[in-house]
Amino acid sequence: MSQTNVLILRAAGTNCDLETQHAWELAGARAERVHLRRLIEQPRLLDEYQIVTLPGGFSYGDDIAAGRIFAAQLQRHLIEQLRAFIDADKLVLGICNGFQILVRAGLLPNPQRVEGAEPEGGNGAVCTVTDNDPPGFQDRWVTLFAHDSPCVFTEPNRIYEMPIAHGEGRVVFSNGKSLERIIEDGQNALCYVPPGVPPDEAVTMANEITWLGGRDKSPTGAASYNPNGSHADIAGLCDPTGRVLGLMPHPERFVTRTQHPSWTSQPKREAGDGLAMFQQAVKYFQ
Amino acid sequence: MPVYRIEIGRRNEQLGAAFDDALRLQLREAGLVELKHLRSSRLFFLEGVLTRPEAEQIAHGLLVDAVTELAVVLGEDEQPTCNPVEISVEVHPKPGVMDPVAESTLAELRAEGHAVDLVRTARRYVLTGLVRGDDVLAAVTRVLANDCIEQVVLGTAGVRPAPKPPVFDFELRHVRMRDLDDAGLQTLSRDGHLFLSLDEMCAIQQHFRDLDRDPTDIELEMLAQTWSEHCVHKTLKSAIVYRGAPMGAVADQSSPVEIRYENLLKDTIARATEELIADGRGPECLSVFVDNAGVIAFDDDFGIAFKVETHNHPSAIEPYGGAATGVGGCVRDVMGCGLGARPIANTNIFCVAPSDWPQDVLPKGVLHPRRILRGIVGGVSDYGNRMGIPTVNGAVCFDPRYLGNPLVYVGCVGLIPRDKVQKAARVGDLVLLIGGRTGRDGIHGATFSSAELTDTHADEFSHAVQIGNAITEKRCLDAILQARDHESGCLYTAITDCGAGGLSSAVGEMGEETGAVVDLENVPLKYAGLRYDEIWISEAQERMVLAVPPANIDRIMEIMRREEVEATVIGTFGSDDTAAARLIIRYGGIVVGDLDMRFLHHGLPKRERIAEWRPEMAERQSAGGGAGVSPAGETLERLKSLLHWPTVASKEWIIRQYDHEVQGGSVVKPLGGPGNGPGDAAVLRPRLDSARGIAIGCGNAAHLSDVDPYWTAVASIDEALRNVVAVGGDPARTAILDNFCWGSCDESRRLGAIVRACQGCYDAAKAYGVPFISGKDSLNNEFALHAADIDDLLEVMGRYAERDQRDFPDGRRVFEVTARRVRQNSRLSIPGTLLISAVSLIDDVGTCVTSDLKQPGNQIYLVGGLPRINYSPAEAAVVHAAVADAIKRGLVAACHDSSDGGWLVAVAEMAIAGDRGVELTVSDTSRIAPFAECRAAYLVETADPRGFETLLNERNVSFDRIGLVRDDQSFTWGDQAAALAELRAAWAS
Repeated sequence: MSQTNVLILRAAGTNCDLETQHAWELAGARAERVHLRRLIEQPRLLDEYQIVTLPGGFSYGDDIAAGRIFAAQLQRHLIEQLRAFIDADKLVLGICNGFQILVRAGLLPNPQRVEGAEPEGGNGAVCTVTDNDPPGFQDRWVTLFAHDSPCVFTEPNRIYEMPIAHGEGRVVFSNGKSLERIIEDGQNALCYVPPGVPPDEAVTMANEITWLGGRDKSPTGAASYNPNGSHADIAGLCDPTGRVLGLMPHPERFVTRTQHPSWTSQPKREAGDGLAMFQQAVKYFQ
Repeated sequence: MPVYRIEIGRRNEQLGAAFDDALRLQLREAGLVELKHLRSSRLFFLEGVLTRPEAEQIAHGLLVDAVTELAVVLGEDEQPTCNPVEISVEVHPKPGVMDPVAESTLAELRAEGHAVDLVRTARRYVLTGLVRGDDVLAAVTRVLANDCIEQVVLGTAGVRPAPKPPVFDFELRHVRMRDLDDAGLQTLSRDGHLFLSLDEMCAIQQHFRDLDRDPTDIELEMLAQTWSEHCVHKTLKSAIVYRGAPMGAVADQSSPVEIRYENLLKDTIARATEELIADGRGPECLSVFVDNAGVIAFDDDFGIAFKVETHNHPSAIEPYGGAATGVGGCVRDVMGCGLGARPIANTNIFCVAPSDWPQDVLPKGVLHPRRILRGIVGGVSDYGNRMGIPTVNGAVCFDPRYLGNPLVYVGCVGLIPRDKVQKAARVGDLVLLIGGRTGRDGIHGATFSSAELTDTHADEFSHAVQIGNAITEKRCLDAILQARDHESGCLYTAITDCGAGGLSSAVGEMGEETGAVVDLENVPLKYAGLRYDEIWISEAQERMVLAVPPANIDRIMEIMRREEVEATVIGTFGSDDTAAARLIIRYGGIVVGDLDMRFLHHGLPKRERIAEWRPEMAERQSAGGGAGVSPAGETLERLKSLLHWPTVASKEWIIRQYDHEVQGGSVVKPLGGPGNGPGDAAVLRPRLDSARGIAIGCGNAAHLSDVDPYWTAVASIDEALRNVVAVGGDPARTAILDNFCWGSCDESRRLGAIVRACQGCYDAAKAYGVPFISGKDSLNNEFALHAADIDDLLEVMGRYAERDQRDFPDGRRVFEVTARRVRQNSRLSIPGTLLISAVSLIDDVGTCVTSDLKQPGNQIYLVGGLPRINYSPAEAAVVHAAVADAIKRGLVAACHDSSDGGWLVAVAEMAIAGDRGVELTVSDTSRIAPFAECRAAYLVETADPRGFETLLNERNVSFDRIGLVRDDQSFTWGDQAAALAELRAAWAS
């Protein structure tokens, strides 16, 4: 069994790279942090890796908009190489800022094209990640449900707990048609669900998804289970192949039990929910 | 050259409505009651060789989010459209103010190949409703902008090129001072914003008379900075004769004593550390008091660095920028500690006036407390979040006396390899300046922070206030760590940050032994037009200075290039003078400053001062046992009102804005348990590959300063220690930091108060076995009032004293003393405030406990509990050790320290955190009253009452079994009952 190699792509303002590296190593992979500048200078470096991860942070200060400048550099220098990387049956994971970058660079949700699904005068984007509603940065724990989707990183119908920490995590679609298509193709890999909901109920809830998600089913605002007003309660999107996943929550922040906010009142467990996502990806290559 | 204005607004009213609505509410709150609707947009101004289609392409390709936003591009002198019923306001940063978005955008556009010379940003608000333009202008200026750094324009500023900065013509200037008389020297000190005393000015005059020349402007500025209270702590280091009441748990306060301190700081705080180290007590100290931060051993490989700073004056004038740059500066202190530590946690403690202060009774020059708190929370969270440093521990204290001088304490903890703790620049090393560019921002920060505030400070010192750019600092950090851990060894011999005093302080300190030669024309500037002395003393943010051996310079420059950090060699350590280390400053080859390092660092005349103290406010008769007895049947009502008290009430709205989990090391979070209740200290695992941890806590008992600052110090240390012990920290391996914030110490009584606090620090540190490893003080926290403002101010303060009488029984007497002083000298001074921060080692974080109640049927105990003053710290130390031991032995299911509001509040917090009811079986006549303030007290839940009681009995620690955890949601006290939800609602609102 050969080692899975992970490239953690960082730039100025990336700040979750060390713990993301640690999570990959716990999952059995070998992970290396590489600066965006270096990859632009030597794009062939990609050949040595099976997985590319874009970790969380505030790349280039999130100036103009979250992930915008990082994405502009990817589009200018590396987009063809990254598309080839994905086509070669390899994986890409974007966490938080990494998710925002993947969306802005057009790698997510990257849907099968649909006539008339584009905003007027837009650049072809059907979806964006924008300011939270309610507005402002929030660090808190959320509960996620993984749909039965092509996503390589998630286990279908599993519940995950992990924290979010962002101010621009609201997944917004330009129109209902685009969103429907995404749901139809199972690209809404992860969605927010109320805490404590058993998986079978979560499935029912997920099937009742509306344009604004489940926000009408529970109190809105800061206490809502959907922390940022994402359409259809979406927390993470995969591309049609399932090999690219972007999510706002931080799986790398829940790999050991003492990272959970209530670990002292819970029965002992081996690992955190987030670790499973990294392990699933490593398993893909075995 | 063409200029374009790109306005970016929302495509759809629904998107971002919540954001605009929050702004609208703030404006309504500020008086625009008829405001119906507000729409905000962002403006970008581009100058360069650009065609309109190119500008359109930039707008739609880079600046706009096509799904949510629309862009409108205007060329030079084209007018933005505005509906006649709408009022438009634009907010533009003043020239020279840091604009990170503009910088990033410019860099990206250039990388894309656009010939852009300049990018500026601004924001626009379009309002509708029955509002007048002038009112809008005033309200926006007050609430949504800060005219200290921003210009607010009614209508539009148009589409015009930015004004060009004036050109600087070099002229070497000397300051005639050799022939000045005393009055002349004092005028020079005041008008030049030097804030030096007459004897200090005389010492400088004599030095230059001996040299037979006048100082240059840069030399005088540098001396003023190096000798400022902010940089050298001359008050606490002076020789002091104390006369007054004896200190400590002495019964007879009436027979005065006289004590002489040669150097107050050395004879109290530093002495406690020296003696503890000599006795082998406390954690292993690797570096104390000599560096930017103190360092203790963490494990065989690493040490823990800890530094706490204040940034009070800048935060009073520009809360967001002041607090953010405070964080940035403290983080740089840790990055510049030893050969560089990696920041792993931030802390913050704010002291502000009550948030419900009336809007219309603000002395001239004072921002509203709510605006201040909102701003500083925003600044702290933005900077820490962007740097990727978790903000893990903090507190907010409220007192009307912080109205003119809010306190902003920011702390930073770092992880440093044990072999990188020492540093020393060597002769021949290059002076390498890295990070942000130098501008006119922050000039006079060190001297500014050493003065009292007045209403004109916002104008006079607006350049002392800065906006930070956290990403520039993060880049520096990434680069420094690579250079530190380079395969061929650390690439530099010393490092420090440019903080207060800028290059002047940084190079002055690093070259104290070697001397240095600096060429100022090599310093990269943000814009043209800076004079040489401005370059030298500018406190522009995010800059660090490294001493690099010439053999390593290419390798380190390559790292800087890869990490996108600007780095420039600006000089060399060492000067040709073999007799003395000299600091030679040149501009374009001409020597503009030449100072003897010995005079710079040791020429400050030593002062001897008199300190006095006699008690002004006797301790309440009822303090301790009997305090806060409430009429029968009202205990739980009183509990609810205390949970709602701002100091106790939930800080969730603040905590959620901080990323407290980044870096993945979080073990005990600020809010925890199923009910998200308040915790004590934060616990972190600094190395992800190890179970070893640290606990970080803080204590602040400023409210005792009016009674006796000695006990403020002891109580603050006790509280910080309780914090860390309650989560599983080891009291025998705990280090502490002191941060004094005081009013002016020119008065002998104020100085007497500080002396008592310092002596309290010594006595408590020795009794508890906790060494100080670092400290800092900020004096002159006073606000000079206009006579016309005094009556209104005192009336409001009187109302607060009346209202809070039950929860804060000292309030009335404190108010009377304050009112007398304010009428005497027209100054509002803060209460003497001493923040103690603590860091404690934990062998295995798996043994940590939290405050949330765990299991129905478990017993709850009140452990320890000594009077609030006049107790024996040695006795308290026994309580701390016993609780720590019980936790270590696994006897404790939950633990919480009894703090503000008394022990019943702590029990309620445990119930809220655990989402479990409680049945209390004690009565008001038990050993300690439920709302009494006491020391060394813990609330403990245990599943093993027998084992726990045995341990406490063996240690002779007093305790009460006070109740048990219920299996439902009710909270009962004798025959009174409340639903847990009621308590939570009181605490959360």
